[in-house]
Amino acid sequence: MARLVALEVHVLTKKVTFSHRWLPYLLVAPQIAITLVFFIWPASQALYQSVLRQDAFGLKTEYVGLANFAKLFNDPLYLQSFYTTITFSALVAGVSMAVALVLAVMADRVVRQATTYRTLLIWPYAVAPAVAGVLWWFLFNPTIGIAAYALDALGYDWNHYVDGGDAMTLIVVAASWRQVSYNFLFFLAGLQAIPKSLTEAAAIDGAGPLKRFVTIQLPLLSPTVFFLLVVNVVYAFFETFGVVHATTDGGPGQATTILVYKVWRDAFQGLNLGSSAAQSVVLMAIVIALTAIQFRFIERKVEY
Amino acid sequence: MSDIRLRNVRKVYPGAAEATIPGLSLDIGAGELCVLVGPSGCGKSTLLRMVAGLEEVTDGEINIAGRQVNDLEPARRDISMVFQNYALYPHMTVHGNMAYGLKNRGMPKAEIAEKVGTAARMLGLADYLDRKPRQLSGGQRQRVAMGRAIVREPAAFLFDEPLSNLDAKLRVKTRVEIRDLQQRLGTTSIYVTHDQQEAMTLADTLVVMNAGRVEQIGPPMEIYARPASLFVAGFIGSPPMNVLAPGTGAALATAAGIERAAGHAVVGVRPEDLRAQPGGPLAVTVRVVERLGATANVHGVLDDGASEVIASLSGTDLPGPGEVMHLGVNPADLHLFDHASGQRLECAGA
Repeated sequence: MARLVALEVHVLTKKVTFSHRWLPYLLVAPQIAITLVFFIWPASQALYQSVLRQDAFGLKTEYVGLANFAKLFNDPLYLQSFYTTITFSALVAGVSMAVALVLAVMADRVVRQATTYRTLLIWPYAVAPAVAGVLWWFLFNPTIGIAAYALDALGYDWNHYVDGGDAMTLIVVAASWRQVSYNFLFFLAGLQAIPKSLTEAAAIDGAGPLKRFVTIQLPLLSPTVFFLLVVNVVYAFFETFGVVHATTDGGPGQATTILVYKVWRDAFQGLNLGSSAAQSVVLMAIVIALTAIQFRFIERKVEY
Repeated sequence: MSDIRLRNVRKVYPGAAEATIPGLSLDIGAGELCVLVGPSGCGKSTLLRMVAGLEEVTDGEINIAGRQVNDLEPARRDISMVFQNYALYPHMTVHGNMAYGLKNRGMPKAEIAEKVGTAARMLGLADYLDRKPRQLSGGQRQRVAMGRAIVREPAAFLFDEPLSNLDAKLRVKTRVEIRDLQQRLGTTSIYVTHDQQEAMTLADTLVVMNAGRVEQIGPPMEIYARPASLFVAGFIGSPPMNVLAPGTGAALATAAGIERAAGHAVVGVRPEDLRAQPGGPLAVTVRVVERLGATANVHGVLDDGASEVIASLSGTDLPGPGEVMHLGVNPADLHLFDHASGQRLECAGA
């Protein structure tokens, strides 16, 4: 059986032959080196550290088995952080995808100057998360921020230094803003891949614009929706450290301490390397699971 | 019953210098199947889409069943359309596809099931109602598209090149099915195609279009027998009409006793009207012989060196390439067109 599969792979993939025996290894060497230095090594360090306990001065290290993990899952602060992260990523994925979908549907209808709109909508993606964080921090700064000022004029006393809800809103907005561009691109491409005649047929079949969107376009967009859902959750889980660090510092209290932020704070401010390593191993498990889900379903394509 | 009337319908796309359709009037009687035929870009699809409500009408008036529909949504025009790519909803079953339009109109479920069932039986789709479009063959998909159009029992069917995605054999078969169905239902239909054979075989009324204008309207056989212009003569009929070089044409016409031909007329002869005639007036050097079975198309050059002709001949005694054969034609079968305008000259009554 295995031989049969191997044979099939051999037949299906175009075989590239190299004249020199070592050339292919040389060509993949840089990628392997990068993976080793920046992924395998730190990851194995984290795995190793997660079973150790070290005193605050790094003088004594002892092996503690899974004690770090056991402690983590009995720690209400950690569980709280888990909950915060899930709320945060659900909101980021939801907000950024909803806004992007609305923009994509509107951009899909634009005929003139379509490229201009598209380019403008893609720009935010070029802004680094930390910079985006600072930008929104300025806008919503309770003392000098123009958005905070506007909210104040509307009768809402905005202060993300005091109010946990405000702080969460701020990081969700800052994290989603950039992601909207990315989602927009995929949604627009997805919408444009739907043959125009389908919506025309639906229009003749008596479906109004909203009904057409719900019964025809959205179902046909479901593979894109699923793909973006995974991508956005991964983003919210792992790439939003900069946003949190630049705006709320995880506060007030623990209100915006998401998992990645806690990893960093426990390690570099709390100097609890063992716990931090254990937390990163948990995160690693989550990202592996998400990637597996994505591969499994995207490869097979969501069926409709 | 429902007829369709177009009055001075104009279409100018925004930003375009010239009108796609500069002004067109057309009457389609109730229950008639009207075929719009013409080369690509002649505006026939645009016209159909305007009737459907998928394109805005720049100017003029469109009436369906006595009601002006210019500003009505497609859904409210009481029409259904069969698209070239069928436009089936890929995420719905065959049943779902056919029921969609009825559901949107708030028809009760039992009634929907009954109507879909009837249409499915009529089209031989009863066993496929639970399948998704991608599980069907091209011909079956085409029939689902037809089913979706007929379940609604609209005032008019609009067909936009519905057979062009089928292979040649299936196309001929489906063509007959469409004609049969349309006759049984008696629904007024507009059918767009660029295939002259499809147009000839399906039409009650044939509309030959060129560059947004109607070249000729009439029953197919009348258009075939008396094409109104050189364009129509070249478009309808396969192989197309032979157009003779001026000298040869004039000589032929004069010999046939048609005086007007001298000088300013172009003379055309249909390949089917040419016959082998020893000592006949047209001496052809044969280049290629295409045998089609019952007939054969003999391609060659006349002895004037300028006119390429095709003769559609029957029989087995055909010349080989390089040989010279003589052809004759009945004077009544000569078509005369004005040299400058290309319009038909009515005098070939000989």
